[in-house]
Amino acid sequence: MIELRKVSKRFLENVVLDGVDFMVRRGETVALLGPSGVGKSVLLKHIIGLIKPDSGEVFVDGLSVPTLRRQELSELRSRIGYVFQNGALFDSMDVFENIRLGITNQDQYSDEAYCEQRVRECLRLVNLQPDVAKKLPSELSGGMRKRVGIARAIAGKPTYLLYDEPTSGLDPVNADVIDSLIERLQQEIGVTSVVVTHDVRGSFRVADRIALLWQAKIRAVGTAEQILASKDPAVQQFLERDLEMAVIHADATGIGYRVSGAEDGPEYRVPEKRITDTRHPTPGTEGGGEGGN
Amino acid sequence: MTSVPFALDLRRHVGRWTLRTAGHAGRFSFLLLDLVRGILEWRIWLPRTIEQTISVGYGSLFIVLLVSGFAGAVASLQTGYQFTGQLPLYVAGGVIVESMILELGPVLSGLILAGRIGARYAAELGSMRVTEQIDALESLGRSPVTHLLLPRILAGVLAIPALVMLANVTGIVVGYITATSSLGLTYADFEYGARYFFKPLDLWYSLIKSYAFALSVTVIPCYIGYHTQQGAEGVGRATTQSVVASSVTILLFDTILTKLILGTNQ
Repeated sequence: MIELRKVSKRFLENVVLDGVDFMVRRGETVALLGPSGVGKSVLLKHIIGLIKPDSGEVFVDGLSVPTLRRQELSELRSRIGYVFQNGALFDSMDVFENIRLGITNQDQYSDEAYCEQRVRECLRLVNLQPDVAKKLPSELSGGMRKRVGIARAIAGKPTYLLYDEPTSGLDPVNADVIDSLIERLQQEIGVTSVVVTHDVRGSFRVADRIALLWQAKIRAVGTAEQILASKDPAVQQFLERDLEMAVIHADATGIGYRVSGAEDGPEYRVPEKRITDTRHPTPGTEGGGEGGN
Repeated sequence: MTSVPFALDLRRHVGRWTLRTAGHAGRFSFLLLDLVRGILEWRIWLPRTIEQTISVGYGSLFIVLLVSGFAGAVASLQTGYQFTGQLPLYVAGGVIVESMILELGPVLSGLILAGRIGARYAAELGSMRVTEQIDALESLGRSPVTHLLLPRILAGVLAIPALVMLANVTGIVVGYITATSSLGLTYADFEYGARYFFKPLDLWYSLIKSYAFALSVTVIPCYIGYHTQQGAEGVGRATTQSVVASSVTILLFDTILTKLILGTNQ
């Protein structure tokens, strides 16, 4: 279980988190929504101990993250997979070495045969062909980089997966591929996940619960239905900002919000959670997107 | 009227400067501590150190030899200009060898490598910091110090003294060739002068300086690059700062070591 209690963080004059309470139960997927620059990634980095809070407590599996010793923190991190916004792949290493670094058990990391097999398995899980392993990150498209980032995060068989804006910068089709992948990984490897995003549609699709970070505080938490039913002006304002894109997207692909025009305004309906084929819908465009299953 | 705001402003500046300096001192001390701790994890840093040593040593060889060769030639020509007709010709041999070993070889190589290796380290680590690659390494439970910094520093400490020694040899050889062709110095005179003025301590002094410069050229840029902030602009700033800081440190070490090693040997 992940729990943040009254966490506050400021950078110089800028208060990023102000007494934030946030909890993720074992096995569930929670989406952390909020506008860009509100501090979602900062909150996520507190969970893995990359940032320490000015005040408040951060617990993962009952361990107080900010007070852990170096070795304990390293052990905790080996149980957490972190998917960075832009992949954060090591550009001097090929995809194989990048994913291999995700194998956090040192004995397994030193076992060449195990690494070969595990890297291939992770590539399959993220629907990339085995020959992608030989490529350098600079040879990959944005969508493939994200998927390699996810493959690296799951290589160590983590208990928790933290996604930092997994679909940002991607076109709607690729964003759907990543969303489907998150759903499928949830089903296949049963991890507890936190997905930081500003994409309302994607978060409704992948998350069991949704939290809205607004002006340094958690403004609302609940299921997609509860969030949609919220009368909080901040929640409504945030959802409305996503409406226009959702309409365009739903019209174009049939995926996401179904919006029925009503005279008083649009009506949202939460998309059903479903496991879809996460293969790239336009095979070959990313050199490996069609591989795997 | 303006004295109160000025005093406040000054106090604020001094306060910020003090805090920033204390912050640097603290972070630098922790980095050194991490480096010492990381030595035990040799299985991680050893293969990377070998890679880096080859890259740093082989990659810098041409520029170091080129610069030392020119330095030897210039030393030879200036010696001729200053001493011809006033001192015995063999003195030129001593002056060329001593100036290369004591000063030109180590210091010029150090300054060149501050630009080449130091800038590279700061830019590499800075880019890795701003693209979250260092955070990614930490998130995987791995130490960036052992994976990234230690191999780079050890590579510099291994390669730079060797480069300095090669620079000394190159400078002396080119200086000798220049002296024979322009001053009419014979090999016997050159050898006599070189042997007459040479002391084994000179070579030790050169080697000790090269190790000190190697640390300046590697540790400082690694520290600055590792703590880079604010995107591409930050990487640019870190690169410039690292070259300036390591160059100044080289000159500082040069003075201190000269005083410590040669200053008490009169």
